[in-house]
Amino acid sequence: KQKYIHRWTTLPRRLCSCLQYILLLIRGCHTTAIFSPQSLSLSAYSSSGLTGFWIEEAIIKKKTEELGAGSLPLVDPGVYNYQEQDLNERLKRLYPAVNEEETPLPRSWSPKDKYSYIGLSQNNLRVHYKGHGKNHKDAASVRATHPIPAACGIYYFEVKIVSKGRDGYMGIGLSAQGVNMNRLPGWDKHSYGYHGDDGHSFCSSGTGHPYGPTFTTGDVIGCCVNLINNTCFYTKNGISLGVAFTDLPPNLYPTVGLQTPGEIVDANFGQQPFVFDIEDYMSEWRAKIHGMIARFPIGDRLGEWQAVLQNMVSSYLVHHGYCATATSFARATQTMIQEDQTSIKNRQRIQKLVLAGRVGEAIEATQQLYPGLLERNPNLLFVLKCRQFVEMVNGTDSEVRCLAIRSPKSQDSYPGSPNLSPRHGASNPHLHTGGTESPTCSNGVTPLKSKNRSSIKYPSASSSASSSTSSSPSSINYSESNSSDSTKSQPRSANSTQETSDSEMEIEAEHYSNGVVDGSSARIMNGTYKHEEILQPDDNSVGNGVLDEECSNGRQLCGGNQAATERMIQFGRELQALNEQLCREYGKNAAHKKMLQDAFSLLAYSDPWNCPVGQQLDPTQRESLCSALNSAILESQNLPKHPPLMLALGQATACVQLMARVRSGSCSFARVDNFLH
Amino acid sequence: GSCILSFDINEVTATSRHYVDRLFDPDPQKVLQGVIDMKNAVIGNNKQKANLIVLGAVPRLLYLLQQSSSGLDLRTECAVVLGSLAMGTENNIKSLVDCHIIPALLQGLLSPELIFIEACLRCLRTVFISPVTPVQLLYTDPTVIPHLMSLLSSSQKTQEYITQIFSHCCKTSDHQTVLFNHSAVQHIAPLLISPSYKVRMQALKCFSVLAYENTQVSMTLVNVLVDGEPLSQVFVRMMQRDQPVEMQLTAAKCLTFMCRAGAIQTEESCIVLKTLPCLVRMCSKDHLLEERVDGAETLAYLIEPDVELQRIASTTDHLVAMLADYFKYPSSVSAITDIKRLDHDLKHAHELRQAAFKLYASLGSNDEDIRKKITDTENMMDRIVSGLSESSIKVRLAAVRCLHSLSRSVQQLRTSFHDHAVWKPLMKLLQNAPDDVLIMASSTLCNLLLEFSPSKEPILESGVIELLCSLTQSDSPALRINGIWALMNMAFQADQKVKVEIVGCLGTEQLFRLLSDPDNSVLMKTLGLLRNLLSTRPHIDQIMSSHGKQIMQAVTLILEAEQSIEVKEQTLCILANIADGNTAKDLIMTNDDMLQKIKYYMSHSSVKLQLAATFCISNLIWNEEDGSQERQDKLRELGFVDVLHKLSQASDPNLSDRAKTAMQQYLA
Repeated sequence: KQKYIHRWTTLPRRLCSCLQYILLLIRGCHTTAIFSPQSLSLSAYSSSGLTGFWIEEAIIKKKTEELGAGSLPLVDPGVYNYQEQDLNERLKRLYPAVNEEETPLPRSWSPKDKYSYIGLSQNNLRVHYKGHGKNHKDAASVRATHPIPAACGIYYFEVKIVSKGRDGYMGIGLSAQGVNMNRLPGWDKHSYGYHGDDGHSFCSSGTGHPYGPTFTTGDVIGCCVNLINNTCFYTKNGISLGVAFTDLPPNLYPTVGLQTPGEIVDANFGQQPFVFDIEDYMSEWRAKIHGMIARFPIGDRLGEWQAVLQNMVSSYLVHHGYCATATSFARATQTMIQEDQTSIKNRQRIQKLVLAGRVGEAIEATQQLYPGLLERNPNLLFVLKCRQFVEMVNGTDSEVRCLAIRSPKSQDSYPGSPNLSPRHGASNPHLHTGGTESPTCSNGVTPLKSKNRSSIKYPSASSSASSSTSSSPSSINYSESNSSDSTKSQPRSANSTQETSDSEMEIEAEHYSNGVVDGSSARIMNGTYKHEEILQPDDNSVGNGVLDEECSNGRQLCGGNQAATERMIQFGRELQALNEQLCREYGKNAAHKKMLQDAFSLLAYSDPWNCPVGQQLDPTQRESLCSALNSAILESQNLPKHPPLMLALGQATACVQLMARVRSGSCSFARVDNFLH
Repeated sequence: GSCILSFDINEVTATSRHYVDRLFDPDPQKVLQGVIDMKNAVIGNNKQKANLIVLGAVPRLLYLLQQSSSGLDLRTECAVVLGSLAMGTENNIKSLVDCHIIPALLQGLLSPELIFIEACLRCLRTVFISPVTPVQLLYTDPTVIPHLMSLLSSSQKTQEYITQIFSHCCKTSDHQTVLFNHSAVQHIAPLLISPSYKVRMQALKCFSVLAYENTQVSMTLVNVLVDGEPLSQVFVRMMQRDQPVEMQLTAAKCLTFMCRAGAIQTEESCIVLKTLPCLVRMCSKDHLLEERVDGAETLAYLIEPDVELQRIASTTDHLVAMLADYFKYPSSVSAITDIKRLDHDLKHAHELRQAAFKLYASLGSNDEDIRKKITDTENMMDRIVSGLSESSIKVRLAAVRCLHSLSRSVQQLRTSFHDHAVWKPLMKLLQNAPDDVLIMASSTLCNLLLEFSPSKEPILESGVIELLCSLTQSDSPALRINGIWALMNMAFQADQKVKVEIVGCLGTEQLFRLLSDPDNSVLMKTLGLLRNLLSTRPHIDQIMSSHGKQIMQAVTLILEAEQSIEVKEQTLCILANIADGNTAKDLIMTNDDMLQKIKYYMSHSSVKLQLAATFCISNLIWNEEDGSQERQDKLRELGFVDVLHKLSQASDPNLSDRAKTAMQQYLA
């Protein structure tokens, strides 16, 4: 085992930057010191520790769910044109931290928030002057539909001068809500502008200061608001003109003002690529913030921090039952493991069974090892049984398996694999749609990355899939046959040696992040961290491969076995009865009803795997259940229901979201997922 | 105390002696252990290093390193110790070089063992990057460079060391050519995407030194692809703002040099939108003083020849105001708070100032608005004035360059230049300055001597003529031009007294010498001077009466020689001026040969020359002057009327007008 210890000496370093970040965020006082001059009242979260967090978490979870349901306010597909798609993608890329449910981004000029001398056209992006333009009393402005959200960190828009009109008295800038629109931006309090006729900047004053060059027809003027240091600079034709304003107030709207006939300007809020390389500018600030976090002194009690970090890693490993790794880690770091070995192994076994689809056995094992547990958690038991029913349909549960003419070994659909790592993406509705698109992917996971990940994660699944097509029936049952598989030999062969021992597999970094970003197990994740994964379109073997193997005889109900089908139907009745009993005891439960309906619906289709409710049969659906059961067991042993690492991560995520709300722009560049590699 | 101290020194020397002695042990295993112990003893200990060198460890180590019988371990350890010794003071390096360490190590590179090669390269690197090592030593043996090129594929370490050696040893265009001819570009380009930052950085530095003022290299670079991507795009990526500053700056230098060598157009976006903004950023307060100096100097070089880049730079990120900060070192704060910082600031203060002056000079070299912006910057003129008399020659030169750039502005000459009496320090600077300063200063003086410059008067009074005349005798063509140019400007519409002084001081002999100057522009300016001297009638007669013979000779010579149209036109104009004099006219009228020449040029294929010659005749036959009748008659006899008649039909309106006016003199 020496080599694992060696690996662990390098791994914590990678973990460290992430963990340090998390720990800093937990200690809200530090967060404030780094990120914002504004006072960020996090005392509730820092002093009362993790408990305080749960209040916040509940709110956030709700929000996240809402966001997950609606994502972006989508337009009717008919009008949904390329430009809007471009816009959405660009805005998402530029401002990933912005929650548009809370703070929508400006996308056009507001037809309501303008002076009457202003005319709008071209989807409210073009502004023209339609007044007399005799003197400054005829000036007119228009604001964008929404103020600039602080979570942008750095915000940018451009205005192209289509025509300078008679005198070219155009002002481009920012103003707060309620500022007089019969004026050019910059002339009044909470209004800021850069004027084309003289190149002066106007900072809430009727007199300008020499700032930049003049601008006229054909020029593209950009305005960048830095919400980290509350400054603003302009660009002309892609060249930065330097800081124009400092100490800007929050909630400013992009604003333009015109004053003489013929003046026309077009706005670009992200509809088109910008002339100025704003992403390059952002990258500088991202590097700055990351540097600040990395260099932030954590005091002289270094040993203490190290102990905290080691505990977090260790408890995470124990929680998920990475027994061998946890032992190696504990030995290398000379720390103690709270839970004893047998307990960990028991949990590991149960989880393995659930993930293998052998839910009946899992229930039995739980009842045997943790008597009274399921009795105290009837809801959990019900969910487990529901799943058992689904697995019966699948033909994986042992109650139907043993009836089928099968070698017992083949029951293990995750042969030799670690089984334990909760997969993310389980709740993603796109999982089985071929994964062709997911623009809402909130954390910037690239398709390439997820491709690698999935191919590493499901090694045996795919091998089983292809081995099922081989002529040798004996090989069906052995995942070790994967060396004969040529379709995906490369990523898997790297893993094949590790599949023999669960402890080795755990070392893969993916598993670390898997647990972290598990969108399905809301309780582990506090529901704050939404991770959606795109599977590569061509990889249909990932999920279905298991099914293919399990139902290689044409994928029939319960493996096509008559006795098994009868057993399944009988089990269904028992399940129905259980539900009724629960209803009597605890009242109606809509979720249970829905779950039962969905499960039974499978029987209504000749090919359940290709039916509207067929997704239930996907093995990835087992994961949320698996972690719920694991948590319940841990809780029953008076151990933490959630690993502290996950709590910290949830806390960090919540803190960053809180920063956005208290208008600390640096949150945009201190995103948790930036630290999870 | 002193007793104990001396004891300590003896102690140290004794142990050092022991280390050296062990190198001579007959048992090779003991020698190896000795070298390893020596390695551990010298790390970070400059005193120990010096001691060992004094005690003669180097020749022995070199001997062991070169002996093939020594064994790989021993040879490698020797190279490591030598590398460690080289890390010490400059004196250490000198001693090592004197012991011929370089050829020995270069020889070691022929070994098949990578570990030994790396140790040798590491030591070579340390030696070559020292300023005391003559870089020529790398090029003495012609087989060395190709061998180094071949080693570039061996390992990341060899890549790092070799590129670092190249970037430090490529100092002249000859070095560039040697490296280029050994395919340096092809060998080093792939290293730009090496996984090692050090390798990428050193490779980048190589390209910056290779491309500097080298068209051949630069032209090659634009066509190089690295992993399918054009090199310029690789450089652009390296300039991204999240890259280390050193990398951004060096990549910007590469693109700057390629642009200045003509390989990249100045209007291309990688220059306008990337390189220029990157260099402006380097000038900001956020960066180290060295980076700010480097950034400003590179930017000055980039925008020097292109007015559009100057305009863009002048509006980027308040550059003009940002540069004013370069003059605030050492700041008053640093003096009080931190002695270390004060030292640092002091060291860089000169560099900062000269870099700012250079950049101001480039910015203001063409555009009047930018010049105005510069002179309007706080205390700018005062800073230039004090810069002109700074102790650092570099600052003086840069300050006078800046002043020269600004002196191209008529408005500034009339206002700020006069208000700040810049001519005073400028005149001071002209005394005993080295040539490069002198060139800039005298060129600036030319502008200050323009007729509309209010500084002209005080300069004249300060007795500048002698100085300018001495400049015309310089070996440097630039100085001769500036000298004669200044005199020309000075003579324009000047008093008789000044003109006489110029002629007297310059001397006709020198005047003739200048008229036969190999540099055409010197000749042109001299003719211009003559023309200015021979303006108004009394001056013409006065000068022609004293120097007429020589001037007529010179004119004849030029008209007979193979000269450009411009020169001949200028000469004919002088003749026309002479013809405008009262008594001076006779010098032409009595010279039949000259009259024939004029006639010849009246029928020349160049309209310019025809016009100038016609001017000359027109002046000679002008009615209201004494003896005009005789001259008219003589010229009629010589057939000039026919020529004029013909010219009055010329298609060029100026020429025909001029001819007709001349004809009218006969009719009156």
